[in-house]
Amino acid sequence: MNRNTAPTDWTAPAMQKRIAARYAAERRFKALGLGAVLLSGLFLAFLLTVMVGNGARGFTYTHVSVPIDFAGTPLTVDAARLSDPDADQMIANAGLADIVAFAADEALGDGGSALISENAWKEVRTEIKADPEILTGKSVFELPASSEVDIAAKEGAKGELGARVDALERDGRLSTGIHWPFFRNADATDPAVAGIWGALKGSLLTIVIAFLIAFPTGVLAALYLEEYAPKNRWTDLIEVSINNLAAVPSIIFGLLALAVFINWFGLCQASPLVGGLTLALMTMPVIVIAARNAIKAVPPSIRDAALGVGASPVQVVFHHVLPLALPGILTGTIIGMARALGETAPLLLIGMRAFIGDVPGGICSPSTVLPMQIFLWSDEVDRGFVEKTSAAIIVLLIVLLSMNALAIYLRNKFEKRW
Amino acid sequence: MTQDDLTIADPKMKAEGVDVFYGDKQAISNVSIDVGTDLVTAFIGPSGCGKSTFLRSLNRMNDTVASARVTGRITLDGEDIYAPSMDVVQLRARVGMVFQKPNPFPKSIYDNVAYGPRIHGLAAAKADLDGIVERALVRAGLWDEVKDRLGESGTALSGGQQQRLCIARAIAVDPEVILMDEPCSALDPIATAKIEELIHELRGKYAIVIVTHNMQQAARVSQRTAFFHLGTLVEYGKTTDIFTNPKQDRTKDYITGRYG
Repeated sequence: MNRNTAPTDWTAPAMQKRIAARYAAERRFKALGLGAVLLSGLFLAFLLTVMVGNGARGFTYTHVSVPIDFAGTPLTVDAARLSDPDADQMIANAGLADIVAFAADEALGDGGSALISENAWKEVRTEIKADPEILTGKSVFELPASSEVDIAAKEGAKGELGARVDALERDGRLSTGIHWPFFRNADATDPAVAGIWGALKGSLLTIVIAFLIAFPTGVLAALYLEEYAPKNRWTDLIEVSINNLAAVPSIIFGLLALAVFINWFGLCQASPLVGGLTLALMTMPVIVIAARNAIKAVPPSIRDAALGVGASPVQVVFHHVLPLALPGILTGTIIGMARALGETAPLLLIGMRAFIGDVPGGICSPSTVLPMQIFLWSDEVDRGFVEKTSAAIIVLLIVLLSMNALAIYLRNKFEKRW
Repeated sequence: MTQDDLTIADPKMKAEGVDVFYGDKQAISNVSIDVGTDLVTAFIGPSGCGKSTFLRSLNRMNDTVASARVTGRITLDGEDIYAPSMDVVQLRARVGMVFQKPNPFPKSIYDNVAYGPRIHGLAAAKADLDGIVERALVRAGLWDEVKDRLGESGTALSGGQQQRLCIARAIAVDPEVILMDEPCSALDPIATAKIEELIHELRGKYAIVIVTHNMQQAARVSQRTAFFHLGTLVEYGKTTDIFTNPKQDRTKDYITGRYG
């Protein structure tokens, strides 16, 4: 080849400048990327520190030891009936609450009954039912403190309350332990007995129903669209609709669910069933999109190979395409499910924001979900709910992280290389 | 095109006036050809001449392309394979296929070979299946290399071994015809030689149709050669005749390297 220009001068100042500029751009890009990673790491660390710092205290509770002398102030109940179904009511009618309040006043001084939770007598009731012998003598109970005392004991307080809590502390009457009712109970107005289990169970039931409906429907829709549907204007239209559906604001699904499931079908309000159906509507398009991408990524040569030995289209799909696409489908599904688990807006409209004092018994009983519980508690006036809110957030995060861990595990388990 | 003494008395497959369309585009026009039972038939021709398209219409693999349309008549043992009564799944079991790029399933070597017999229910017991797998691997010349690691993934084999595994997979369902679509184009010369040797050994047990870009390969392995150009069958004859004494100028130009 003939050169009609001078050979390139790689050492010319202009060329050197260009090279330097190129390296500078490289360094700038690297620094920006690193900055972005550090910033998101910082946010995560900040979130976790604040949540764990506040929330860890939400898992513990302060108890006050109060001796109760049932010999002196007898509780007149028939010991033989303590295992009856209506025993709770019977003990309540016998005036146990007054006896406990009296004992607290006796032991802790004036206004002592205000230092323990108004629900403390229910703990005594549980213990009486477990061991009726208690009713014959004097025993010491570790009763949950009132919400103010609990906070004062954890954070310190000034004024009269502070002085009384300090005095209790000096007398060795205060103890702190894991707050088991928090893991057993549903919502309550008293932080001493409010628990997360109702919302957690509601969330799990809701998500299971959403999964059972959205996963098969989404995967079958994706398989049909990818493997069977003719490519024409109708399938294009369906594809666009599904993509748009995935982008619809979630509250609109709530309105739809309210109109269809509750007003039209008359399904049970505020229940995990309707919640799950709503979240299934919301998640299905996400699953369809993830599944279609995973199915598209299965090499056509595998389909050819299976068809070539005489597999029918259904056999090709279920023996080859689906197993190979499964890791991708599962990853997309679990990410969609995790999003659904954190969703509040659509559930507001179907009534899941109501105060539910009982742990849901089944898929049709009224229930709430974790993010909704967090919202409800964050709105409470009682300061005792501040740390309960953080504790609930930790529970939600743990559930989400476990789901993501499951996604990674499943992906690695099913992933095959070729 | 002349048939001369080429007429095969009892052709395994017979194509008469076959046209293949992709949408409005005609890929193959008016091809008639006989595939002999004990013969290896080679399809040669430049890229895009339609030889692979025609091959894929012999076991209806073109069905998977929505826009593809086949007219004319293709028969297997006198039975029209495009007739509504023909079960395409059974057809593909009788007319097996080996593809250009080795495409073993991402499963064990054993499962790769056993897949076909399993879906067609060819083996009643595990022992029968073991026998089928072993015979297929022996026929494909792969048994000695893999007999101790049948549980390993088929995708872990070398390219040439993978292709022989695919051949074993095809013959495990006991087909009557094996279609090979450029089976050596992704392989090195040593692996290619092994496949060619294998084709020699399989000849007589199966009717074999092979598409190849490599004219030496066609000359080495086949007894009949068909030269395709621009979607038409230019010349079909005994391989020795096509390579030593082509009747058509286009064939002569192609095999002497003038174009293609």
